[in-house]
Amino acid sequence: MAVAEFETPRLKEYPVIPILQAGAMAHSRPFVAAAPIQKALGFPGELVENWQEKAIARMGELLAKYRSLKVYLDACVHCGACADKCHYFLGTGDPKNMPVARQDLMRKIYRRYFTVTGRYFPKVVGAEGLTREVLDEWYTYFNQCSECRRCSVFCPYGIDTAEITMAAKEIMDAIGMGQKYSNEIIGKVHKIGNNLGLPGPALEDTLAGLEEDIKDDTGADVKLPLDVRGAEVLLVTPSADFFSEPHVESLIGYAKVFHQAGISWTLSSHASEAGNFGLFIGNYEQMRKISMRVREAALELGVKRIAVGECGHAWRVAYSFWNTLIGPFDFLDRNYPAPQHICEVTYELIRRGALTLDKEANDQRIVTFHDSCNVARGSRMGSMPRGQFIIPREIIKACVNHFHDMAPETIHENTFCCGGGGGLLTDDLIELRVKGALPRMEAFKQVVDEHGVNFMATICAICKAQFSKVLPYYKFDMDMVGGVHQLVGSAIRLGPK
Amino acid sequence: MTAVTIVFALMFYVVTALLLGGLAWKIAGYARTPAPLRIPTTPAPPHARGVVLRMAREVVLFESLFKSSKWIWGLGWLFHVALALVLLRHLRYFTEPVWAAVALVQPFGLYASFAMVAALAGLWARRIFVERIRYISTPSDHLMLVLLIAIGATGLAMKYVAHTDIVAAKAFMLGLLYFDWQPLPADPVLLVHLALVAALMATFPASKLLHAPGIFFSPTRNQADDSRERRHLSSWAAELER
Repeated sequence: MAVAEFETPRLKEYPVIPILQAGAMAHSRPFVAAAPIQKALGFPGELVENWQEKAIARMGELLAKYRSLKVYLDACVHCGACADKCHYFLGTGDPKNMPVARQDLMRKIYRRYFTVTGRYFPKVVGAEGLTREVLDEWYTYFNQCSECRRCSVFCPYGIDTAEITMAAKEIMDAIGMGQKYSNEIIGKVHKIGNNLGLPGPALEDTLAGLEEDIKDDTGADVKLPLDVRGAEVLLVTPSADFFSEPHVESLIGYAKVFHQAGISWTLSSHASEAGNFGLFIGNYEQMRKISMRVREAALELGVKRIAVGECGHAWRVAYSFWNTLIGPFDFLDRNYPAPQHICEVTYELIRRGALTLDKEANDQRIVTFHDSCNVARGSRMGSMPRGQFIIPREIIKACVNHFHDMAPETIHENTFCCGGGGGLLTDDLIELRVKGALPRMEAFKQVVDEHGVNFMATICAICKAQFSKVLPYYKFDMDMVGGVHQLVGSAIRLGPK
Repeated sequence: MTAVTIVFALMFYVVTALLLGGLAWKIAGYARTPAPLRIPTTPAPPHARGVVLRMAREVVLFESLFKSSKWIWGLGWLFHVALALVLLRHLRYFTEPVWAAVALVQPFGLYASFAMVAALAGLWARRIFVERIRYISTPSDHLMLVLLIAIGATGLAMKYVAHTDIVAAKAFMLGLLYFDWQPLPADPVLLVHLALVAALMATFPASKLLHAPGIFFSPTRNQADDSRERRHLSSWAAELER
């Protein structure tokens, strides 16, 4: 596919709020899902005939099912607090990428069909009928939101644009206008067990190959077990960890941690995916169905603990939703009654002195940490408040000698999305992804210039894939991104402790 | 009983009914709608006590807005605090005898009325001159500011330019409360002031003023970060488990 040419934004010294460029991203649309992809998820194959009626009806259902949607469509006062907070707006200047303007794409329809003022005074309150033009605009701009929730941090009412984007995707799926990338991936999970469509035997081969690699590197017999009944820990990790770079380095890191700590663990071919794109399309049933594979695998294998690998949205789903979706986890070890993040596992082992870490092994690296949006704003780690910021950094500091945080307004809950989250990590959206990465790249450049940083650690498969692709556009080396457990993996000294 | 008195008396009963009925209907709707997933914007407090504090900071100090932009925060907070003082000051027209606290607040309410109009003017200027804010503004956003400024301006006019018979105005208000109608002074500034207030009351439950009850129902702000400890199965989601 030929991708239209576009200009990579220039990295500025200081972040500047862009001048509005109406329609700057009006051409950016991902491929629409074809009929077989749609039908596999129980959605209509193509735009249904009475789509308008169906869409309004679906909106009515969602308004009755989700308090967030109902309150957020009413509460906005157009104050503009969110306007300059979205990375896609900052990177593109398209005013419809301001969170409030994105919400208004749905709000104007809501007002027209669900409020008295909108019905009788549409012009005054900015209400509009659901025309084909509006639907196309929905498809364009709701596919330019990565559901990162940065806007919700700054909204005085906590309005979360992600909730509205998810509802829009639900409505579009229901009338046959799904997005190919996300829906195709969900289909693969149901059919094969993971997003990459990697079948069990291939997975087994890959893991055996990795075991050999580790043996060659370290001389140690580190195992990457698959479907081992009675193992203590089930590790559910994004399938990218099995053979994407730099993801696989983190997988090796987890294996080394379990090996040195002497914890028996296993991967599962049935639940060979931590990612859950059901979240991205806002579909509770899909999200539950995908999550259910983890519960089934855990029960089948008889494990005592569940751990989740480095994946941002997966951790949001695991931390915030699993207990509700597929709980209760009453079959787990009383000491580890809830699924844990791999960073929680490693952090506890470090604190117990169970790992031998040699910081000098990472001395060629000057490291910063990119908080992934779903971890930062949609979850927690550990029992202390703000643990999701503290724990990964403490692990990094235990593994490297040189660490520098990026500017405070771009980390922790203020973190900028990598530009590829929310089901937008597809080549048909490459322009959006490059431009949306701008705010993060500016903050990154600052620590590169000031401290010579040459490695951005992160705990999200999407962030890793996105940055690998996008860093070169900004004249950075693609190897500059990697996982936290990649650092753990290189610092750990194997052999009996 | 003059026609003006009858018209205004009936109008206030109608708009009060609209305001209270409309708000009750909206609030009941928010309360009735399930929140099937825990979506607090984290870091979030793990217990209810922390949630109350977070909400209090949000409602009283506009914490999130402060993080966003000092300009919007400054103008918005000033307007709301001034409005609160002005409303407190106005309580003297609805109580006999006047409560001590209300008597105490009188001079502050007076200063506040200037601050209120100034802050509103500042907010309106943003809407007109800042490109981003102009882009997202609908006619109703401008109208709401005009309405509030006009209410403030007519109020100030009665204090400093064209005095009205406030004793009679108070008698009228008390008469409405006790269903013992008293004549309303047919003073044009007062009538405009009251008519605008009535318009504000009537539009409240059908406008963006719903942000006032809305914030209390905002899941990103009113939920505790406790999803690991507790399941939060909504009624419709429970059906899926059958």
